[in-house]
Amino acid sequence: MIESFDTDGVAIAVFCALFLFVTVLGFVAARWKRGDLDLLDEWGLGGRRFGTVITWFLLGGDLFTAYTFIAIPALVYAVGAGGFFALPYTILVFPLVFLVMPRLWSVASKHRYVTAADYVKGRYSSRTLATAIAFTGLLATMPYIALQLVGIEFVLKGLGIEGHAPLIIAFAILAAYTYTSGLRAPAMIALVKDTLIYITVIVAVIYIPSKLGGFDNIFSAAGDALPKRDEPGALLPGTPDAQAAYATLALGSAMALFLYPHALTAVLSSRSQDVVRRNMSLLPAWTFLLGLMALFGYMAIAAGLNVAEPNLTVPALFRDMFPSWFVGVAFAAIAIGALVPAAVMSIAAANLFTRNIWKEFVHQECSDREESQVAKITSLLVKVGALAFVLFLPTKFSIDLQLLGGVWMLQTLPAVMIALYTRWFHRWGLLAGWAAGMVSGTWIAMSQDYTPVWDAPLLGVTVYTGLVALFLNLVVAGLLTVVLGSRGRADERDETRAADYDELVETRQPAPTVRAGVA
Amino acid sequence: MRRWYILLLLPFAGLLYPPLFARETPELFGFPFFYWYQFAWVPLTAGITYLVYRMTRREAAPADRGSGRFRREVSS
Repeated sequence: MIESFDTDGVAIAVFCALFLFVTVLGFVAARWKRGDLDLLDEWGLGGRRFGTVITWFLLGGDLFTAYTFIAIPALVYAVGAGGFFALPYTILVFPLVFLVMPRLWSVASKHRYVTAADYVKGRYSSRTLATAIAFTGLLATMPYIALQLVGIEFVLKGLGIEGHAPLIIAFAILAAYTYTSGLRAPAMIALVKDTLIYITVIVAVIYIPSKLGGFDNIFSAAGDALPKRDEPGALLPGTPDAQAAYATLALGSAMALFLYPHALTAVLSSRSQDVVRRNMSLLPAWTFLLGLMALFGYMAIAAGLNVAEPNLTVPALFRDMFPSWFVGVAFAAIAIGALVPAAVMSIAAANLFTRNIWKEFVHQECSDREESQVAKITSLLVKVGALAFVLFLPTKFSIDLQLLGGVWMLQTLPAVMIALYTRWFHRWGLLAGWAAGMVSGTWIAMSQDYTPVWDAPLLGVTVYTGLVALFLNLVVAGLLTVVLGSRGRADERDETRAADYDELVETRQPAPTVRAGVA
Repeated sequence: MRRWYILLLLPFAGLLYPPLFARETPELFGFPFFYWYQFAWVPLTAGITYLVYRMTRREAAPADRGSGRFRREVSS
């Protein structure tokens, strides 16, 4: 049973060297594509000027987080095929986003929206609904940042480093360059992270099977071992329950992913609607990579590794298979991989707080400079909060909350995504639906001991909790809309126009960063 | 031209009904069917999305030159 690892000097040296390199990059990034970092548009969205290549690196580095790279192989190691839902999930997300996100980009660019809540406020002129959306985003993002730390922690364990001090140092560095450089820092670091991850996975996928006698052997070893577990796993989702859970998890997760604030931040930072659309056919390269990484779970089984907890699967496999120096490269790839999403998430949370809480409720006459200053400080506080999560609460708490996060984010779908197509729903209907979805989703997930699926009594099969809650959300929102009819709509202003959603022109120019109030 | 978007339904049809592909055979390069089938959808979906992107992009092209923009707004 593998519980901890020996310290490996060479691996640690390589790891630290790479970490130092990206730290320097993070600070240098402030000067890259120079802009006035006292504007929230510049600090929090990189001036909305990233082209196809940068957007690809940033979105890929942002969505495919370090925690994913630890947790998905771990899940496959533990349960087998069930963990593989990550592949259809990350395949389906891109055609879905191809349809929806360009509309959101256009309307956000036209009206200078920085967050989803900004859009909802403009569309429904409802501060209450916008606050609910912002609150959901903040709630779901915090534990997600904490999980990035958990990812780093497992990598450090793999290097034989115990204790929290290195984690605190890594996060202090991250906080410092996010503060000074804003979104430019993760965008630049993503170039390094993504290169390292690709090298690691390609080498691993060629080298490890060659040592284990090919994929034939790997799959048959996994097929033999999985059913003998205490909680039996399987190589194929055989039962109708397993299959329904598999499909609903894939669909529900795909629908939730781009509602997350950090995904939206990366989308809005791109130069044009066209960049967003083009990227949806290029991002599946990441899906392929994630699928290969999922197979690490089976490789660990075939290598006969018996880990004390599933999240040690990848560290144990790499330590077992690779020479020290490459262990350093691979672990650095994952740890640096945690920094990119953690930075984008904290920026996204800061944007939400500043725009939709601070400016809305605390200081409405907030100047541009104050706005970006508040965002910078919030990004620090958010990270301290995430660190506290990891240091003082059991890891399971962050994992459970992250699972709830997906359920929660799905509840913003009617107000954010459906709103892009129709304004049929009444704003109070949307708010009530949201509340119904949040409460029912949380309640079901908690009653199921935080497993993501539920044996739905009426359906007779096991389905993803988030979709059940979303269904209830839509029913409540729809009923209330019908009941309220056209009453109360006279005071509902919609500041968006149909044409705002269809801006198909590639500007080639960065979007104008107008100081609000001056223009 | 909007019809091209219908193609985007294909990956959903191919991937959301597991009884279709939760099988061991035929194997490919040692991968059970369940695994290589889903992997195959990755480049396939990327290709479909790219095709839809190209075909619907042409529609937008006149708008680039200014004159088409007015027509689009009127017709929509």
